[in-house]
Amino acid sequence: MLLDIENLTTIFRTRRGVVRAVDNVSISIKKGEFVSIVGESGCGKSTLAHSVMKLIDHPGEILGGKITFDGLDLLSLSDEEMRKIRGDKIGMVFQNPMTSLDPLEKVGDQISETIMEHMNVTKKEAWQMAREMLEKVGLQPERVDSYPHQLSGGQRQRVMIAMAISLNPKLLIADEPTTALDVIVQEKIMDFLEDMKREGRAVILITHDFALAAERSDRIAVMYAGWLVEMGDAEALTNDPLHPYTKGLIQSVPDVWMDKEIKPLPGFPPDLINPPEGCRFRPRCPNASEMCMREPPEVEVDGRVVKCWLYG
Amino acid sequence: MSSLPAYIITRFLMVIPTVLILLTIVFLILRIIPGDPITAMVGQKVPEEVLERLRHEAGLDKPYHEQYIDYLKGVFTGDLGKSMIWGKRPVIAEIMDHFPATLELTIFGFVLSVMIGVATGSIAAFRRGSKVDSGMRIYSIVAYTLFIPWFGMLLQMLFGVYLKVLPIGGRITPGNTPDTVTGLYVLDSILTLNMNSLADAFAHLALPALTLGIVLSGAYTRLLRNNLIEVLSQDFIKAYRARGVRNRKVVFHAMKNAFIPVVTLMGLQFAILLAGAVLTESTFSWPGMGTFLIERIEYRDYTSVQGAIVFYAVFVALISLVVDVIYALLDPRIRY
Repeated sequence: MLLDIENLTTIFRTRRGVVRAVDNVSISIKKGEFVSIVGESGCGKSTLAHSVMKLIDHPGEILGGKITFDGLDLLSLSDEEMRKIRGDKIGMVFQNPMTSLDPLEKVGDQISETIMEHMNVTKKEAWQMAREMLEKVGLQPERVDSYPHQLSGGQRQRVMIAMAISLNPKLLIADEPTTALDVIVQEKIMDFLEDMKREGRAVILITHDFALAAERSDRIAVMYAGWLVEMGDAEALTNDPLHPYTKGLIQSVPDVWMDKEIKPLPGFPPDLINPPEGCRFRPRCPNASEMCMREPPEVEVDGRVVKCWLYG
Repeated sequence: MSSLPAYIITRFLMVIPTVLILLTIVFLILRIIPGDPITAMVGQKVPEEVLERLRHEAGLDKPYHEQYIDYLKGVFTGDLGKSMIWGKRPVIAEIMDHFPATLELTIFGFVLSVMIGVATGSIAAFRRGSKVDSGMRIYSIVAYTLFIPWFGMLLQMLFGVYLKVLPIGGRITPGNTPDTVTGLYVLDSILTLNMNSLADAFAHLALPALTLGIVLSGAYTRLLRNNLIEVLSQDFIKAYRARGVRNRKVVFHAMKNAFIPVVTLMGLQFAILLAGAVLTESTFSWPGMGTFLIERIEYRDYTSVQGAIVFYAVFVALISLVVDVIYALLDPRIRY
């Protein structure tokens, strides 16, 4: 296993109370695997990704669990040891390319600064590498001299990807990388992420777009209200969802080709300061019963993990 | 046309119309306000023929457009007319006697205010929500609302009267004046290697510069704190950290971004400083432009007052040119 997340719990201490944004989540990712983490806004999928990078700021806190990456126990590393892993071993692409680049620095400066933080190269060599990286993500190498405001959203996201992969990381985490971009650009970025996988890297895609996840990933993990509710092979999970939430999620995806009826999920995700007793999906679940007043167990069905009493 | 040199040249050329408009406004205001400079100079009980003659000598009997051209010619050749009182020296010479004192005080006050403001503001932002932050915020408001003469006297009492470590007024001890090169005593002392004068000039500068520095630092504290907090919460800061960029460098980038509005404030403050120095100068008997202006306004010395205003206007226009160039050097988005 390249990345092994075991019973991770990340909380935010707010004035109103403690938010358990990621609650007891376990996910493992192999080398060369493309895993999507899917869920609605606020389900904890981004917090999960940021926890792996140990980029949880006050008032957030990783409360418990274990993250093993490439044999290293990340949670026990010092700040400096973790800094060396970020960018070098794990690359990250952010949601909004318009705001994720420093507006005052040239693209080349931003890429080469990242390279020089991890490699013992001269500025000139780092710039040359920056040029090559831009070419690799399909931009003209002369773009090193551009400032972010001179680039389009898609170009900026390519720059972000170029930076994320410039040190050849083993794991690439893409946090909603195409949400702010149009569909054509989205396709290209996703193709690129798939190329990364083919080169032997592990890719984690954080997205709310179930169709996108189904199309691109090997495995899908579905999160709801801080819980991992279902995880398994992408195709099997899409064709035969087990958890009522996954079913609802799939039914609410519109399909242009089929005259399918869209059934949006009723209700809203719960307030994580006061989550419903027992199963967190209970208030919205069509299959809810007495049993669901207690927390459901995580069970394995046909190589899939489901957190639901229907299978307990 | 969006390169840095093009921007600087364009911005430089824009100073010309700015200064022309400023000069025109000064000219018009002095023609509109009531009161006749000649009567103000010689008094009411002078025969009409004498008044006429003096008006003719001053060129005030010509039509306005001719006066305007004479005035512009004068300004561009560095001739701001002659003072109406005491020896009737050229106004430009009078200004040059007083301006270096103000400039020296202003520079030291300005540098101190920026240093104090940046230090307190960034500490507050990095310790956001802590007691240190609250302390810095209270400091910024207190500093901002301090009344210069009151605070100046407080410092004079503390350091001059009780501790007896610093002089409470003047620019330099008589006899210690360094040979004139620029008129800035600190600089002249260094240039002429006169260590005695240097120490003396610094001692005299300390209290007025500290007064100005503290009072003006409040605005920087507040502005930098708020900007830095805003910048630190932005995506690109997290993105820097996610790429393993060292904290020290992330802080540098954050500061650079937070500094853009601070540069704007610096430009505005520098202009205010020249005016604010009036209060400081009178508190510390500093022989600068503020003291000069107040004195000449009291004596209705029209030409000196007009000359000083023109001089200030041009100086402020040049300062804002410098600020805009710094702005463009910092922020690549600022281009024509």
